[in-house]
Amino acid sequence: MAEKDSDLRKIEELIELMKKNDLAEIEISHGEDKYHLKRSQPTPQVVHQMPFAGGVPAADAGHVHKVQSAGTTEEADHNLIDITAPIVGTFYAQPSPDAEPFVDAGSHIEPDSVVCIIEAMKVMNEIKAETTGTIAEICVSSGEAVEYGQVLFRVKPD
Amino acid sequence: MISRVLIANRGEIALRIIRACHELDIEAVVVFSEADRGETYLEYADEAICIGPAEAAKSYLNIPAIMSAAEIADVDAIHPGYGFLAENQHFAEVCRDCGIVFIGPPVEAMQMLGDKIEARKIAEKAKVPVVPGSEGAIDSEAEALKLAEEIGYPVLVKAASGGGGRGMRVVHNDMSFRSAFSAARQEAEAAFGDGNVYLEKFILEPRHVEVQVMADSFGNALHFYERDCTIQRRHQKMVEESPCPVLDEKTREKLCSAAIRIIKQANYENAATVEFLLDKDKNFYFIEANARIQVEHPVTEMVTGYDLIKWQLKVAGGHKLDIKQKNIKHRGVAIECRINAEDPENNFSPCPGKIEQYVVPGGPGVRVDSHMCQGSVISPNYDSMICKLIVHNTDRAEAINTMKRALKEFIISPIKTTIPACLDILSHNLYVKNKVDTSFVERQLY
Repeated sequence: MAEKDSDLRKIEELIELMKKNDLAEIEISHGEDKYHLKRSQPTPQVVHQMPFAGGVPAADAGHVHKVQSAGTTEEADHNLIDITAPIVGTFYAQPSPDAEPFVDAGSHIEPDSVVCIIEAMKVMNEIKAETTGTIAEICVSSGEAVEYGQVLFRVKPD
Repeated sequence: MISRVLIANRGEIALRIIRACHELDIEAVVVFSEADRGETYLEYADEAICIGPAEAAKSYLNIPAIMSAAEIADVDAIHPGYGFLAENQHFAEVCRDCGIVFIGPPVEAMQMLGDKIEARKIAEKAKVPVVPGSEGAIDSEAEALKLAEEIGYPVLVKAASGGGGRGMRVVHNDMSFRSAFSAARQEAEAAFGDGNVYLEKFILEPRHVEVQVMADSFGNALHFYERDCTIQRRHQKMVEESPCPVLDEKTREKLCSAAIRIIKQANYENAATVEFLLDKDKNFYFIEANARIQVEHPVTEMVTGYDLIKWQLKVAGGHKLDIKQKNIKHRGVAIECRINAEDPENNFSPCPGKIEQYVVPGGPGVRVDSHMCQGSVISPNYDSMICKLIVHNTDRAEAINTMKRALKEFIISPIKTTIPACLDILSHNLYVKNKVDTSFVERQLY
């Protein structure tokens, strides 16, 4: 039981370390011990632990969580489609200052869905999604200047 | 005074303007297309904004995109460089309507000089000789013959709707005039659907000489002497120099004064170049005016010591041209070679690609105006210019010597360049002895 306590303490320390340094993933090997923690919102979960020789496996071992954190790891990026600015101008998330944004994270979009406005020379251009899926990430904020080709949204395709 | 400029251009001229801005403590914002993303020269700007895809029509010629970039970058002025929108009247108007200073002439002056027929009329009003010719299209053979005799042979019978060197016939005397005239009209009808022809004096063995001028908004106009641009191939300049090696001081004075009269007649402001043909008897004739800064402006900068781009920025900002004409002197000889990514052995066909090795020449009297470096990519979307190599020395023989040395030092690989062609020109006896005219390159070399 003493070993299990010290394991738990180590894991807690690692969790603190990750939080403090804003790490997404940590892997530590010490002799035959190996800790691998992957952080998802909002608390880190232990993904895998190698038991030391002859010992009892830790209770939480075996969970594998898909990471969905804001600081995306490489796996998450592969499947996302970018919606990029087709013109240079000023980005607006909503049709008018007091209105609700066209889309939020999680909104479902079709090719003809208006996702934002880019204002160029006093002309408010409605920008269409041109893809089908769910908004995974909003990369710019209202009032921000955007250039041609700049990523505005990341979309998880259906 | 202007504090933040948007440069609506690319490549070497964009870099040139960034440099002038920075020496005047002006912030430089540069636009770029997807094809130019990652180019090193963009890093010299205070801000770089992508405005569109590679095609010029959607980027460097895209007025709404450029104005939108000017808006978000909050600039006071736009410099159009040369080419692209530099002589686009609509663009100059849009800038004016948006309250952004266009670094160039007022719209009306650009209009007057941009139209070749209008420009000729301005020259005539300014009592500047123009290439003698008919006022417009000529219908009757009798009228044409009379005019030909007045102008003096040889004459050029030109299709009114012709272009690109097509639809022109040289006639040397009365006897051949009739048949030449009717044949020209028939050809014009067949080729362009318009049988209208007009006459122009055919200038024999011309040299191409142009005068650099600058005017401010206070009515002051100055010249910075002339450049000789006779070395051309298919109407593209290859080598330029200042001063014109065959001009005497008296003719130079007349030529430069004529250029100033034209600029004043048009109420022009900012930089311009007035172009003339010089015949073998040293008579000059106005052909056209360019209402912008030109590619070969460094040649003038080297012989006079004035920074023309900085003066463009200052004049546009309301600064007076506080230089006295008599204090502008030309010293020594400067020569410029345009180095393009083209293969002289293969009809100068463009050679786009990546520059793996790029080593520029140096030493006394050598200036390289280039946006390229190792790893730069010459895109097939735009012109093939790699750089301008300019040299300056005490006299023409020394300048030619320095240019040959610099050309040999220049390493650009693996793409093909026009460096060998420049060396051929600079070494050619006719070039060295000043016995060239605008047909030299095509007749003697390529």
